[in-house]
Amino acid sequence: MAKRDYSLLGPDGALAVETGLAAAEWYHTDVPRKVMKDLMARRDGPALRDTVILYGCMIAFALGGIALWGSLWCIPFWLAYGVLYGSASDSRWHECGHGTAFKTPWMNNAVYEISSFMIMRNSATWRWSHARHHTDTYIVGRDPEIAIMRPPAFAKLVLNFFGIVDVMNFVPRILHNAFLGPTAEEKTFVPQSEWPKVQRVALIHVAIYAATIALAVLMGSVLPLMVIGLPRLFGAWHHVMTGLLQHGGLADNVVDHRLNSRTVYLNPVSRFIYWNMNYHVEHHMFPMVPYHALPRLHDIIKHDLPAPDRSIARAFSQMWPALRRQLANEEYFLRRDLPATAKPYREDFHKAALGEAIPAE
Amino acid sequence: MPQWIRACATDDIDEEDLIRFDHAGATYAIYHAPDGKFYATAGKCTHEDVHLCDGLVMGHLIECPKHNGQFDYRTGEAKRAPVCVNLRTFATRLDGGDVYIEVP
Repeated sequence: MAKRDYSLLGPDGALAVETGLAAAEWYHTDVPRKVMKDLMARRDGPALRDTVILYGCMIAFALGGIALWGSLWCIPFWLAYGVLYGSASDSRWHECGHGTAFKTPWMNNAVYEISSFMIMRNSATWRWSHARHHTDTYIVGRDPEIAIMRPPAFAKLVLNFFGIVDVMNFVPRILHNAFLGPTAEEKTFVPQSEWPKVQRVALIHVAIYAATIALAVLMGSVLPLMVIGLPRLFGAWHHVMTGLLQHGGLADNVVDHRLNSRTVYLNPVSRFIYWNMNYHVEHHMFPMVPYHALPRLHDIIKHDLPAPDRSIARAFSQMWPALRRQLANEEYFLRRDLPATAKPYREDFHKAALGEAIPAE
Repeated sequence: MPQWIRACATDDIDEEDLIRFDHAGATYAIYHAPDGKFYATAGKCTHEDVHLCDGLVMGHLIECPKHNGQFDYRTGEAKRAPVCVNLRTFATRLDGGDVYIEVP
């Protein structure tokens, strides 16, 4: 088989459209309408509570780090601040981008904008890229958010635990957006009516970073950048760790989220940072269910899903060797065996995509 | 020539909910608003080819189940990204316990 072309302007994307793989109807587990309405119901309470805790902790850790600046005692404060800045912002960006975290729209939008800034994503662009990710999840040439392409670039994956690749991509992109508008690839999924907004948001981000750098130069200290900017590097590890597990090593070019997404059980701290996105099959199958209802949704539909991984370590112990095998064989992936109670779906698509010759794990 | 078609019974739809109604190769969404009125729109989101019947009705908004775009189903106005194009609406009337919509 030919090498995968992940470009949104390339032949794989065009082929996915031609074959009907793109924008296809995806599998959903049957859930009674009344139950689903209850699961989808919006509330402000849980997200308000979590946001007060998050921003309260960030302020406290930053004040601690500033107060102890110059001594080694500041390190734990910055590490804790960093993981909230550089990782919790990813899940807040995600949930508020969906508009499901809060019931009140302006609260979703406010947290979305703040989180987008912290995670270094143009809020106007990424809203659209994420919509495409949900339409064409891990469809090669269509999904702009494929975190692990085949064959995996291990050096980049490891560097990104420190945010290095993301930031290296972000800087030229935000400058391009600020001064020239969306890039050619971004124009394939951002409607033209939104292009001025892409530029406006980028200008605001660039202005804040320019002011922070100017302040650091004036103070002759890196301290302002410890508060704004650098935590995206030293606090990125948690969101990369959990984010890679979402789809890493699993099938691509299928239209059943049970086959290309992974649910992992997490400890309570990681679940707070990740806002329950460890229930990732459930999230993709029903993206309108808020994060706080995902554990309930999981309990209702788990009979129809592959068995969840019991921990981050266990999930990595399966994913990492699979990624290594993909170095030599791009077609290799972890096949998710469905339970006997699960309903099969679209075997016409999946017979080719799943490949009978590839062993189940 | 527009015609009135029976879509459903009034008690087929809970308040603040919707159902799908297919007729002559077209698909529609019929809404029961919290104020007791009934409305009808095109059945699929204008952003992508997704049936709105699995979405969530909140007041006078319908949220698409795939990307969380929102419309005001009374006017069809697109209210939240990623939807940009308004939803087509259709007139409704009640006759006895039935909901009728005017289709083209």
